[in-house]
Amino acid sequence: MTFPRILPVGDAALVVEFGDEIHPDIHRRVLALDHALAADPFPGLRETVPTYRSLLVYYDPRQLSWDEARRLVANALARSTDTPMPEPREVEIPVVYGGEFGPDIGFVAAHTGLSEEEVVRLHTSVTYTVYMLGFAPGFVYLGGLPEALATPRLPTPRPSVPAGSVGIAGLQTGIYGLSTPGGWRLIGRTLLTMLDLNRQPPTLLQPGDRVRFVPTG
Amino acid sequence: MLEVLDGGWLTTIQDLGRPGYERYGIPVSGAMDFFALRVANGLVGNPPGAAGLEITLVGPVLAATAPCLVAVTGADLTFRVDGWEMPMWMSVFVRRGSVISFGGRRRGCRAYLAVAGGIEVPPVLGSRSTYLPGRFGGWEGRALRAGDRLPIGPVSGHLPERAGRRFPPHRLPAYSDCPTVRAVPGPQDDHFPPEGLETFFGAEYRVSPTSDRMGYRLEGPPVARRRAEIISDGVPPGAVQVPPDGQPIVMMADHQTTGGYPKIATVITADRPLLAQCVPGESRIRFAAVDIAEAQRCYREMMARLDAD
Repeated sequence: MTFPRILPVGDAALVVEFGDEIHPDIHRRVLALDHALAADPFPGLRETVPTYRSLLVYYDPRQLSWDEARRLVANALARSTDTPMPEPREVEIPVVYGGEFGPDIGFVAAHTGLSEEEVVRLHTSVTYTVYMLGFAPGFVYLGGLPEALATPRLPTPRPSVPAGSVGIAGLQTGIYGLSTPGGWRLIGRTLLTMLDLNRQPPTLLQPGDRVRFVPTG
Repeated sequence: MLEVLDGGWLTTIQDLGRPGYERYGIPVSGAMDFFALRVANGLVGNPPGAAGLEITLVGPVLAATAPCLVAVTGADLTFRVDGWEMPMWMSVFVRRGSVISFGGRRRGCRAYLAVAGGIEVPPVLGSRSTYLPGRFGGWEGRALRAGDRLPIGPVSGHLPERAGRRFPPHRLPAYSDCPTVRAVPGPQDDHFPPEGLETFFGAEYRVSPTSDRMGYRLEGPPVARRRAEIISDGVPPGAVQVPPDGQPIVMMADHQTTGGYPKIATVITADRPLLAQCVPGESRIRFAAVDIAEAQRCYREMMARLDAD
């Protein structure tokens, strides 16, 4: 399998795959193509969805055949290596760790063999990258979790996870945008509004942002 | 204004959806049978994307507090005005004080009611569609219930004169209780051995009772997979994911925008209305593979049938 490759997804979308693993270099290429398409959208382009290692591109099949869409995306791909990318935004997210806001922090500590304080120290010690938003409105998938914090998800999801909850599932860490059922281990909560339907864009974080968590009382 | 006297089983305000926000995890939502909603809007003189009601299995009871022009399309739930059965796929004048109701399901799953002027609730992110899992959009992000009073946009012209406009039956999609649904294989068709693809494109699947606006879960011969999960990536409506148990799930209007199961095929846009009319727990479907050129031809042909007037 060679990358990048462009595949159809039904009659009104295509996907550009840049690799088969989660890696910051692969993700950067996803964002570069996304940026190139946003900078010079072709007629018939509808919207794009950047994810870990691929970009989903929706187009209007009334305006473009699959071959035309593929060609236009391939052109953007060629341009994307030269299109300058904006510097990633650095965002600080204040989080109240533990207690009622992080009901699973005890489990994470026990599972990882760390104290709760060490869990917080480790979690707040690195800069994460927003890989994508998905699963639910405003849910943020972050890359860069220290491996020592890896903890399996809940065997059964909670019926309702409060919006702004910060969780761990395996090697991933993330933030819930709105209240939904969820299976991630909750270690804290931010009181920042992650999803605001009256705002453009409606989410605080975008793919490519760099995030640091800051413990607050 | 339409006053809700009874909300029915699941009646929500839907338009053609809110595109442009999938990168934020917000699906397009909108009418599951967008063909039926577009026709209903056309019959009452609305723009195609005006907000109407999506009515599921058991219909609501609505009182017109002012004269209005309506059209009911999609599933046949026995559309009535003041107890008298009225034709579907036609514009109907409703007097002040008259009551719209639905006698019982005959065919299909979702009926659509459009009213001239459209249902004028405040849009969220540019759309009046209801996204139930997020509790936003439409009427306070929820299904309608007794006491809700739905505002209708202004209309011009003499409404009774506009009644009687029909949509010809020969231009309808091939609705059925056991439709053959066309799908383009992939993008992860290489994650499936030949027998998996043969099973998927040959077997009959029942639409499980747990199917809903997020996804249609199918019950039938398990589809063999070659590899385990994929790294989560974008999932369009109509995509068919295959989880470890081999029971395919078709992404519907309120689908999760990203997913980690391999996608064996994507239902063509023109056939998504057929799925929207399949009844959870009852309808059975079969998939037929088509290439993209054919899928796009079907799309253009469907749009031509909608626009030809």
